[in-house]
Amino acid sequence: MNPANYILLSALLFSIGAIGVLVRRNAIIVFMSVELMLNSANLAFVAFARMNGNLDGQVVAFFVMVVAAAEVVVGLAIIVTIFRTRRSASIDEPNLLKY
Amino acid sequence: MTEILPAEGVFSLLWVLIALPAAGALILLLGGRRTNTWGPYLGILTVVGSAVIAVLMLLAMMAEPAEQRTVIQNVYDWVFVGSFQVSFALQLDQLSIVFVLLITLVGALIFIYSLGYMAHDPDRRKFFAYLNLFVAAMLLLVLANNYLLLYVGWEGVGLASYLLIGFWQRKPTAAAAAKKAFVINRVGDVGLSVAIMLIFVTFGSVTFQDVFGQVGEANEGTLTAIGLLLLLAAAGKSAQFPLQAWLLDAMEGPTPVSALIHAATMVTAGVYLIARSNAIYNAATWAATAVVVVGLITIFMGAIIGSAKDDIKKSLAGSTMSQIGYMVFAAGLGPIGYVFAIFHLLTHGVFKAGLFLGAGSVMHGMNDGVNMRRYGALKGVMVITFITFMAGYLAIIGIPPFSGFWSKDEIIHAAFERNSIIGAAAILAAGITGFYMTRMVAMTFFGKKRWEDDVHPHESPKVMTIPLIILAIGSTFMGMALLFWGNIEYWLEPVVGYESVPTPLPTWVYIVVTLVVVIIGAIIGWVTYARKDVPIEAPRGNLLTRAARQDLYGDAINDVLVVEPTYKSAHALTTFDNKAVDGFVTWTASFVGDLSKRLRRSQTGFARSYALSMVGGAIILLVALILVRLS
Repeated sequence: MNPANYILLSALLFSIGAIGVLVRRNAIIVFMSVELMLNSANLAFVAFARMNGNLDGQVVAFFVMVVAAAEVVVGLAIIVTIFRTRRSASIDEPNLLKY
Repeated sequence: MTEILPAEGVFSLLWVLIALPAAGALILLLGGRRTNTWGPYLGILTVVGSAVIAVLMLLAMMAEPAEQRTVIQNVYDWVFVGSFQVSFALQLDQLSIVFVLLITLVGALIFIYSLGYMAHDPDRRKFFAYLNLFVAAMLLLVLANNYLLLYVGWEGVGLASYLLIGFWQRKPTAAAAAKKAFVINRVGDVGLSVAIMLIFVTFGSVTFQDVFGQVGEANEGTLTAIGLLLLLAAAGKSAQFPLQAWLLDAMEGPTPVSALIHAATMVTAGVYLIARSNAIYNAATWAATAVVVVGLITIFMGAIIGSAKDDIKKSLAGSTMSQIGYMVFAAGLGPIGYVFAIFHLLTHGVFKAGLFLGAGSVMHGMNDGVNMRRYGALKGVMVITFITFMAGYLAIIGIPPFSGFWSKDEIIHAAFERNSIIGAAAILAAGITGFYMTRMVAMTFFGKKRWEDDVHPHESPKVMTIPLIILAIGSTFMGMALLFWGNIEYWLEPVVGYESVPTPLPTWVYIVVTLVVVIIGAIIGWVTYARKDVPIEAPRGNLLTRAARQDLYGDAINDVLVVEPTYKSAHALTTFDNKAVDGFVTWTASFVGDLSKRLRRSQTGFARSYALSMVGGAIILLVALILVRLS
């Protein structure tokens, strides 16, 4: 199979994720979109590793997974706290930190 | 070369001379109200103590041979920095001792007089504290053995003078006069400080011995510069042209201050400086000529101003200017004049202190009125004041055998030894002196009563009249005593030098001519002010009178030449600072502020809009990269 197809899939997934972040209001969905973007990046790394025939990309993909796991922990904790105080998971409502 | 005596015996007390009044000032100033009752007496006691020590030192000095009358006491090492080494050292010689005696003896009399004059003043203690401070600083000035220490005393008397002129500081005129005296004195002080720097650079030392010993090695241009700078200093302190304007206003201070500081002692510090630096002036002919010219101009300015003022103290102040002009004039004549400058300084110190205290006594009886047009016929009411004032009057116009005759006659004679034209000018000025002093005496003590209705003249208390009597005795006999018994010219010769040059005419001719001119002046004064009625409102007067009432436009000239340009340049600088410097800074600040206000709006608080800007930025970056790669 042509490795370029993996890259195209990765770009597609990244765009879906980015649009999801921009257009959805529910914090959980936004969060999932972020994960999608991360995983699309992982896919690109792994594809490049395969194309170049070395393991560098694979190693970076593992790093990204670790960072994503940590980020999920912190991000979910924040979302849960906001939900507890505001009874809503909308990302547009907490907009106090502004000019 | 004179030998230097170690400071032993009574001379070991040299530092005590200064320490006593300084301690008095310190106790009175720090002690506050607690010292109100006994403070003034303590002040008098310290000065009398110094006077006693000074007299003992004079006796001890007279016992030594003439060449061994210089005592130097090294109190402590003061400034020791590299090659700049100055000791706090005091030097007592024939010149300093006469000053010390004048300051402490006349000072003590004026202190006692002040006890009566200031009896009702609530700030009496402060007054005595400042007077003590003045005496200490003045003694330091005349006892210093180097220019730097002299400068300390010089500034000290300036400070004391400022404090005492402005003693009644609630009076705006007094406060302004104090400020004016201080500022004008600063101009002279700059001259002194630059002179000291120049002396150090030229001679590598500031002590009198080192400097005067090396005068021969310096070039004449440098010496002339030093001489002119010292003259500027002397002009500031001694109210000589062109820095004369402060002395007339200084009469705002209490009368004893005018007598002690602005007649007898402080204003003569300039003469002391010139006489002390005689070695420099002897080597710098141009500077000495400048001294003569300044002295001569001031003699006439002072005399003319003194002739027109109706305020008795200001008239006396004009006379002081004029008499100090005589001293400066004599000091500029060179070795033929120094001793007579000091001689006239001593006699003037006594008779002018007497005259000022007499004027104070008159004011005391006249509800502090100073306008002579409101005096008249006081000779019957204030007998002692009148008689003592007459002694001072005869002394200042120079009628033999009163003291002023001897000293002024010697100056006129010395002037003729140098040049007949300046001698004739000095005689003419003596005639004007005769005129204005007669005018003052006639307006005050003779003629008809012109008193204001609520004024009841009376003689002053004994505490004031006794100093007057002592000073009157001094005014009468001191000239003869110093000349015939004290041999003043030979006493001072080892310090300031003395020579006598034959004059074209025999001595008695000058004496007779001077006396005739003085008596003509006095007669004109008598005819104008005693034989005719004195109008209470001052008549308009001729051009010269009107100019003299304005201090010969001294203030106007200062305003035009110095004050206005200073104000204008200050205003210009302020405008420049406000508009240009501040303008640029505030413009930058407001520009950045406005920009920030606008940029702030982009912080909306919506997380998604931030995300959009991030994505947008990433896309722009990506597109840019691709475009670069493609081209």
